[in-house]
Amino acid sequence: MTGTHTLAVDRLVAGYGDRTVIDGLDLTVAAGRITAIVGANASGKSTLLRAMSRLLKPRAGRVVLDGKEVHRMAPKVLARTLGLLPQSPIAPEGITVADLIGRGRHPHQRMLSRWSRDDDAAVAAAMEATRTTELADRTVDELSGGQRQRVWIAMALAQETDLLLLDEPTTFLDVSHQIEVLDLLTDLNLQRGTTIVMVLHDLNMAARYADVLVAIADGKLHLAGEPAAVLTAESVQAVFGLEARIISDPLSGKPLVLPIGRHRMATDGA
Amino acid sequence: MSAPFALPAAAVEAVARGRVRRGRRRRNVMLLLVAILVAAFATTLMVGRSFVPPGDVLRVLFGEDVPGASFTVGRLRLPRASLSVVAGLSFGMAGVAFQTMLRNPLASPDIIGISWGSSAAAVFAIVVLGLDGTPVSIMAIVAGLAVALAVYGLSFRGGVVGARLILIGIGISFMLESFIAYVLEQAPQWNYQEALRWLAGSVNGAGWNQIVPVAIALGAFGAALLSRARHLEILRLGDDAAAALGVRVAGTRIIVIVAAVGLIAFATSASGPIAFVAFLSGPIAARIIGRNGSLLIPAALVGAVLVLVADFCGQFLLGMRYPVGVVTGALGAPYLLYLIVRSNRAGGSL
Repeated sequence: MTGTHTLAVDRLVAGYGDRTVIDGLDLTVAAGRITAIVGANASGKSTLLRAMSRLLKPRAGRVVLDGKEVHRMAPKVLARTLGLLPQSPIAPEGITVADLIGRGRHPHQRMLSRWSRDDDAAVAAAMEATRTTELADRTVDELSGGQRQRVWIAMALAQETDLLLLDEPTTFLDVSHQIEVLDLLTDLNLQRGTTIVMVLHDLNMAARYADVLVAIADGKLHLAGEPAAVLTAESVQAVFGLEARIISDPLSGKPLVLPIGRHRMATDGA
Repeated sequence: MSAPFALPAAAVEAVARGRVRRGRRRRNVMLLLVAILVAAFATTLMVGRSFVPPGDVLRVLFGEDVPGASFTVGRLRLPRASLSVVAGLSFGMAGVAFQTMLRNPLASPDIIGISWGSSAAAVFAIVVLGLDGTPVSIMAIVAGLAVALAVYGLSFRGGVVGARLILIGIGISFMLESFIAYVLEQAPQWNYQEALRWLAGSVNGAGWNQIVPVAIALGAFGAALLSRARHLEILRLGDDAAAALGVRVAGTRIIVIVAAVGLIAFATSASGPIAFVAFLSGPIAARIIGRNGSLLIPAALVGAVLVLVADFCGQFLLGMRYPVGVVTGALGAPYLLYLIVRSNRAGGSL
């Protein structure tokens, strides 16, 4: 049922125009786990995610899902196994929550097919999981940022894919909504076994919620592994050019990054 | 598939009920639009300089010879109303297709120059080359596509930005309008009514040889557009989100552009670019039917009603006889102003 798909990136080169963003990157996504991709701005995190989900054609190398190259798969076939929530999807004016979530069913529908019981069940389950059932008849424009993000995730859930890629799902959310979204994704991972790959900006959130951290620098893989192995003072320096001290998060036992700036330091950080 | 989260049957029922309720409302509004269209069509057949009772109209429609009515209804009013309907359906559907695809109500083919391209080609073919019929339509469609390509190409700079595309389209529209005026000025049989047809749009003197090609194009290109209705709706979520849902973004765009330009070009080569019908129909349809689901059919119906009613007003209610495009132009211009004022505040989409 789940955790059985293999998604691998093989010597990927990708970019826009004459700019190469990802330059020879290898990565195997841990099936059934939560992977967070971290890296500095413009290091190629979103580009990697877009290439992995067939939105961007590789210049060289391949992205392989269950032995098949994703860029050679039919879009709808791929969209039944692998979902992507882009960084800033557009909420069309006047659309209701239920209707937006229902669009996640597109890859499961044929051109003239009617809406099925399975479609209703998938939408209901997605709303239940994201606690958006109450919002069904509201229009998306009138929702708060946190509610809106839950609705987008519900749309991705209604797609019922075993792999879900998310590009910065917590950006623009306040801290309580960030935790809410990450808890929800963890539920999804634990209960359905969905493999999750997400780009996260916040290193501490990434360390806490991910099973696997992937650090990217200059379009190449810097390090991948358990958060404790990846988040070290040396790697934070190498990936972000930031001096930091790493301590253990007393709540989770995961690494916690304390940046060392030029000001407001009580000690020298060492 | 994976086991869902714990899910009571009642929750599924609730989702199904909401969907059915929204679907029913949508269907009812569409039926209402069809009823309004039929009523407007019937009214324009009966009412005019002289009144023809419904019975006589029906007898003419069934091919009987009715003294007096056969000419007024059969030769004048029926072709005129029929061209109004097929052109209005074409403009309405093509307009909302562009507006939806480009996610901007200003991106309708009559604002961004496509209709003017078709009109310029048609007037050149008729006045300068002396052509008529299908060759005119073919030139109109080629010119419409060329303008679509030119506007798209000129506004492409590492991605197309809506505002740039619209401004470039407006610039091209002005150039094409001047070209039309120039060609008409050169024409030996300079004719005010003809000029108005190509500059504002008119259904004057409609004949079946004009109507049938538009109807056939409407069937073919309309079907092509309707086959992409769902994809078009999903494109509203943005290109990346649509692609992630399995929509072939580039392929869908090409089909939509070719089909919508086809609709515009055939209708324009018969009636001229009836001002603002493509631009107005989508937003009016969105206002009355809501924004859940495709607007292609509702906007087409609104377009047909608009042309019929505007032509009726232009002929009989304004004292003088004005071509339909003058009336729709007078309706559309204030809405254009409203949109521009509003888009400065909110960005504005359908």
